[in-house]
Amino acid sequence: MRSLIRTHATEFSLLAVIVIISAVLSFATANFFSLGNAFDLLNISAVNIIFAVGLLVVLIAGGIDISFAVAASVVQYGTAIALGWIGGGGWISGLLIAGSLGVLLGCFNAFLIHRFRIISIVATISTFNIYFGLLMFFTRGVSIYDLPDWLTDRVILFEREMPDGTWIEITLPVLVMIVCVIATWTLITRTTTGRQLYAFGDNPEGARRFGINIGAMQFIAFGWLGLMAGIGGLIQAHYAQEVVPNALYGRELDVLAAVVLGGARLGGGKGTVLGCVLGVLLISITQNGLNLMGVSPFAFKMIIGAIILIAITLSNTRIERLLPFVGQKGTGR
Amino acid sequence: MTTVFERIKAAIGPEMAGPGLAFVAVVLVFGIASPQFLSAATFGSVAFQLPELGLLTLAMLLPILTGGLNLAITFTANLAGLTLAWVLKANGGADAGFGIFLVGSLLAVMVGAASGVVMGLVIAFTRAHPILVSLSMMIFLRGLGEFLTRGGDISGFPPFVGVIGHGSVAGIPVPLIVFVVCVLAWHLLLGRTKLGFNTYMIGSNLEATRYSGINTRKAIVLVYTLSGVMCAIAGIIMLARFNSVRIGHGESYLLITVLACFLGGVNPFGGFGRVIPVFVALVVLQLLSSGLNLIGANQHLATAVWGILLVGVMILRWAVSRIKISIVRRGS
Repeated sequence: MRSLIRTHATEFSLLAVIVIISAVLSFATANFFSLGNAFDLLNISAVNIIFAVGLLVVLIAGGIDISFAVAASVVQYGTAIALGWIGGGGWISGLLIAGSLGVLLGCFNAFLIHRFRIISIVATISTFNIYFGLLMFFTRGVSIYDLPDWLTDRVILFEREMPDGTWIEITLPVLVMIVCVIATWTLITRTTTGRQLYAFGDNPEGARRFGINIGAMQFIAFGWLGLMAGIGGLIQAHYAQEVVPNALYGRELDVLAAVVLGGARLGGGKGTVLGCVLGVLLISITQNGLNLMGVSPFAFKMIIGAIILIAITLSNTRIERLLPFVGQKGTGR
Repeated sequence: MTTVFERIKAAIGPEMAGPGLAFVAVVLVFGIASPQFLSAATFGSVAFQLPELGLLTLAMLLPILTGGLNLAITFTANLAGLTLAWVLKANGGADAGFGIFLVGSLLAVMVGAASGVVMGLVIAFTRAHPILVSLSMMIFLRGLGEFLTRGGDISGFPPFVGVIGHGSVAGIPVPLIVFVVCVLAWHLLLGRTKLGFNTYMIGSNLEATRYSGINTRKAIVLVYTLSGVMCAIAGIIMLARFNSVRIGHGESYLLITVLACFLGGVNPFGGFGRVIPVFVALVVLQLLSSGLNLIGANQHLATAVWGILLVGVMILRWAVSRIKISIVRRGS
């Protein structure tokens, strides 16, 4: 148990923070501590968690991707148009089209990064501008509300009336999220490819000398994020019941902050699915709690930003290092 | 003759090749494609649009040179702009005097510097990744701005503020003068001062710099503070240009400033890069946008073309390095 805590320090401290915040909110608000609210939280966070586990794979492989949220917007639009061509379709064809479009966009990033040795942040900032610029240019910023019925109908997989009269329900986004989380977890912890991704992210040159195919690593990591972005994009369209070209603009940085809060390292080789999910949940729970406490929605971002800033400050430092003047009197560093 | 050529080459530097080539290409292509392109009107509009993006890019440049990034620039700029706007509003609105404006600007610069100091302290003392620190600062500042303004905008400033945004002195736009002064200040800072030298050293190798007896923490805090100050100047110029302040102004510039730095030959890992090539890269971006506008395309296409241009320059750089390697191999 002790070694488990030591090796998963980030996850345990996140869990502790979540428990503390939840406990405070349970006493402070009437509605927080209820199954209904917990399920609402899951439904709301589903899309962000799908994006987050995809981004986690890229971060583990030592890259960074700014373009995935915009790529998801492109996928939404492309899928909506493609579904119009084939005359409706269904969930299977929708997921297939969205997934493959996403993989295609992700592999384009991987191609630029691997073939031309462009650093991933430079490549993805370029593709961010290319995807978003072209999307806004061709769509002229027009949203699509005329989506097939199967895509906009709410799919409730499980519902039950609680004794106090509220309904709890699990909707399709949650199921898709669970599948994505399990698939990512299997990929990075239960397959050889997963171990290779960690090794590659930790030390690319070492991994290359060890005989790991570097090109394959880049394509797998960015392709996986592309797949998740595509699926997440479709689910977001399902959830919002519309396709708006700039709806996901700016989401990438929020997701990035949540994933890194969950213990993934910018620079590669570190990060777990559990930490990543907890990172997203911590932010959702805080937001949800502030909402229930009646705090102005305008203040949400401010408080969340401050929490992340404090969290990274505390997680990166020991207390004595915050007091440099005390430290200098001792034996020094 | 060759020595003169060598000296010019040394003065311009290898970073100039990418943006210089792009500049020539853009002028040639649009000069042929559109007869109105090579006119005073085009360059006039570029001169007015350049400073907004340019000042923010200068704010982004210093952290990138240390191997970091400042994702909070646009919101720092707008928060500084809001500070100035509130000072003007509280002291008579459209009737406020120039003294009030100066006091407000000073406060705005202090707000920008404060945001930089906090980021610099966290980055220098906890070694947290600058992307993450500035990202959470960005989320915080956006929230703070939205909280204080409820997402609305503030307008109604004295007439002389408009002159700062739209006027010209001896045919040169006032914002451009401010921008060029800032470019020269950054150029001197990086080339002639101890802080500039330390900035490059930290970007190349933080540990080695620290072991060589340089106070790297102080330098990092100073770099982010100066970045915040430059954001504040950008915020004041944006206030004057739009004649209003809103926390979301210029949000789309964020990633384009990074793009401009990389286009100007700045090394993404820090340590290498100079101000003048970045300036040329900015001119190229604005000329592209104006040229596309003349042909009849919109701003969004220009955004896409900016991205394609960066990919193109990166591929070109890769190709050149490959040719160089093959030449060296053949020679030996």
